[in-house]
Amino acid sequence: MPANYVPIFIFIAIIAVALPVTLLAAKLIRPDNPQKTKAMPYECGVDPIGDARARYTVRFYIIAILFVVFDVETIFLFPWAVQYKALGLFGLAEMLVFLAILIVGYVWVWKKGALEWI
Amino acid sequence: MAMPLHQFFTSTDYLLSLPMIMLALFGMGVLIIDLLLPPEWKRANAWTALVGLVFSAIAVYKVQIADRIAEAHGQAGSFVGFGGSLVADRFAIYFYYLFLAGAAIAILMSVKYLEIEREQHGEFYALVLFSVIGMMCMASGYDIVLLFVGLELMALSTYVLVGFLRRDQRSNEAALKYLLLGAFSSGIFAYGLSLFYGLAGSTNLGQIALTLEQHFLANPKDPVAILALLTTATGLLFKIAAVPFHQWAPDAYEGAPTSITGYMSVAVKAAGWALLLRIFLYMLYPLRPIYLPMIIFVSLATLTAGNLAALTQSNLKRLLAYSSIAHVGYMLLGLVAGNTNNASSTGIKGIMVYLLVYTFMNLGAFAVITSLRRRDIIGDEIDDIAGLMFKAPTEAILMLVFLLSLAGIPPLAGFWGKYFIFLSLIESGHYALATVAVLYAVLGLYYYMRIANAMFMRRAETAEPVSLSPGLRLALAITALGTVIIGIFPEVFLRAAAWSLSVPQASAVAGLLK
Amino acid sequence: MLHLALFLIFGVIAVVGAINLIAQTHPINSALSLVVVMGSLAAEYLLLGAEFLGAIQVIVYAGAIMVLFVFTIMLLNAGAEEQTRGSKVAIIIGIPGMVIGSVAVAWALIRAHTGAEVPVGSLYGSAQGIGHLLFRDFLLPFEITSVLILIAIMGAVVLARRES
Repeated sequence: MPANYVPIFIFIAIIAVALPVTLLAAKLIRPDNPQKTKAMPYECGVDPIGDARARYTVRFYIIAILFVVFDVETIFLFPWAVQYKALGLFGLAEMLVFLAILIVGYVWVWKKGALEWI
Repeated sequence: MAMPLHQFFTSTDYLLSLPMIMLALFGMGVLIIDLLLPPEWKRANAWTALVGLVFSAIAVYKVQIADRIAEAHGQAGSFVGFGGSLVADRFAIYFYYLFLAGAAIAILMSVKYLEIEREQHGEFYALVLFSVIGMMCMASGYDIVLLFVGLELMALSTYVLVGFLRRDQRSNEAALKYLLLGAFSSGIFAYGLSLFYGLAGSTNLGQIALTLEQHFLANPKDPVAILALLTTATGLLFKIAAVPFHQWAPDAYEGAPTSITGYMSVAVKAAGWALLLRIFLYMLYPLRPIYLPMIIFVSLATLTAGNLAALTQSNLKRLLAYSSIAHVGYMLLGLVAGNTNNASSTGIKGIMVYLLVYTFMNLGAFAVITSLRRRDIIGDEIDDIAGLMFKAPTEAILMLVFLLSLAGIPPLAGFWGKYFIFLSLIESGHYALATVAVLYAVLGLYYYMRIANAMFMRRAETAEPVSLSPGLRLALAITALGTVIIGIFPEVFLRAAAWSLSVPQASAVAGLLK
Repeated sequence: MLHLALFLIFGVIAVVGAINLIAQTHPINSALSLVVVMGSLAAEYLLLGAEFLGAIQVIVYAGAIMVLFVFTIMLLNAGAEEQTRGSKVAIIIGIPGMVIGSVAVAWALIRAHTGAEVPVGSLYGSAQGIGHLLFRDFLLPFEITSVLILIAIMGAVVLARRES
């Protein structure tokens, strides 16, 4: 029931007020004299080289999209897990079919070498 | 409390989903076998996929037999599975065979082509099989959730297939355009369906139709129903590439691998039509007075834009893309035929015949274009087909047969599709529409003959010979035989189309004029 | 009353976030606006009683999909977009078109002659409810979904595969 979530909304409301207030207070109170060295990004004490916005390789993208896909797969496990007793053996069989199809995909991705970093 | 197994998955459910189970098993089999095959054996994937299609066809036949037995026992129309969400009626079975035939011919066309493109991968064939599962859901779904999931399954596999030639810039661009517009149209379609769910409180097509019928007696001009109708229809017209939602088609058709272009123009389009007919005839028939003017407008716009744009194309795949848009215009006229409240059964039969003959003649034309792809020659411009008569006379003559059939010249198959559409228009008194459609058919002859002119009257631009692989030869033989045999002996095929629409219970095909 | 007020507030946040998404010229800013839209949509789902969907919305859309968006922006190294003459035309045609469209949709929905009202939270919104529906009534679409996910996996690898 939505009523159960009222504390969450109260929480969100408090954060929505508290966050700007603290940031504003900090800005008003703190001393403010920026220098070039101070404003530099900290990289373990070494001077940074180049721009932080470097171009990423496409491998990150493949890993990320595979993560999303398997994430979506996991989502389907939730409603099954909470209903496990009521669904019984039949539900288990259903879920095994579902997972079997995806495991084929997993094996395929693995053997294709899409998960390898070279 | 534990529910017994048989309650939600009965033996009927198993039988009805068997064609899909076969395709899924073979699709996954192709994926796994592909990992084990050495590179020079990759074409074995095509044979695995073809065997899968055959097994699926056998399963469809089993469903058909079971359907017949159920009818003989007087339980007609009750062949329903998965709690009413899947209906394997004659309509669905007709489309099942159509999809399987389209997929099989497309696979035959692909084998050599993918080798030339150096993209011979097992995924290709697996994706074709999976897309057929989606199409089957679109043809037999009786629940908007299943219909939508099926639509997305088919669309997603098609996006990947369109972009399969990764080295080809056009293929990538086509896939991206198709994906963006396809996702957009799916979103609009889903919005419309959600509104219908909100109106009816059910996801079952029959239930929604009943509620809409009562709803419309009380409120004949409910704005929400009209909004839902507009959005749903927009999504559907996008999928079959009707004007003004057709812009994606020429680009996607031009960029896709040629065999996939053929596949998209027949099987994917037929699936779109199956979905459209399911929704318009089974769910939205109470709204026919409202959607009729819209469909008339769309069909005229589609005929005009498709035929006029095809006149000036110099790329063969683009030309056939516009011609396929024009063919959608004729088919939409079949939906227009009938009176204000009921669709004409001749018109719907015309659509079914049209989709059948279009599968053969258009795939045949694309098979010839596929053979023009050789090493270092892309071969999809009209200039590339010039002088084909002197290089490969058989292919040139077959191409002429396909083109004449596409133009609707008797006694070839294409004639019967147009004949029933025109007949239904005249029967229901739409003389003006029939005249316009005939005039456009004459215009269509011009651009098909441009290709023929290039083949027979012009000299070849390159000396590179045109050769046929065994797969392509088989595909050409099947499509040519289909085009000629349906043209000369149409009775059995016409009976099949009429059979697909004749449901023993009158109420099952709702809103159809007998 | 509080319920309705919260619903409206999150609705306004979602719309403002969506407008900001389009108005921003740098893609990273647009992506962050999208987080706001997705988050407020999750709150809307929660308020409508679709608890499970709200949670999924946060996990998948505001979490995973957003990471993917940011990765893609980094991958393309996309900078601020440039204004062209085309975008001016789009503004001139698009804004009135959008206003007319949304007014028409709103008008249609307000004028609706729907039957019985459904009280909030009376439909299947919890994980149990979804499980009940998904694994019984929608068994076939559920299994088809696994093939759909398989295709998504294949699509990602096929379209982004490297030369070998």
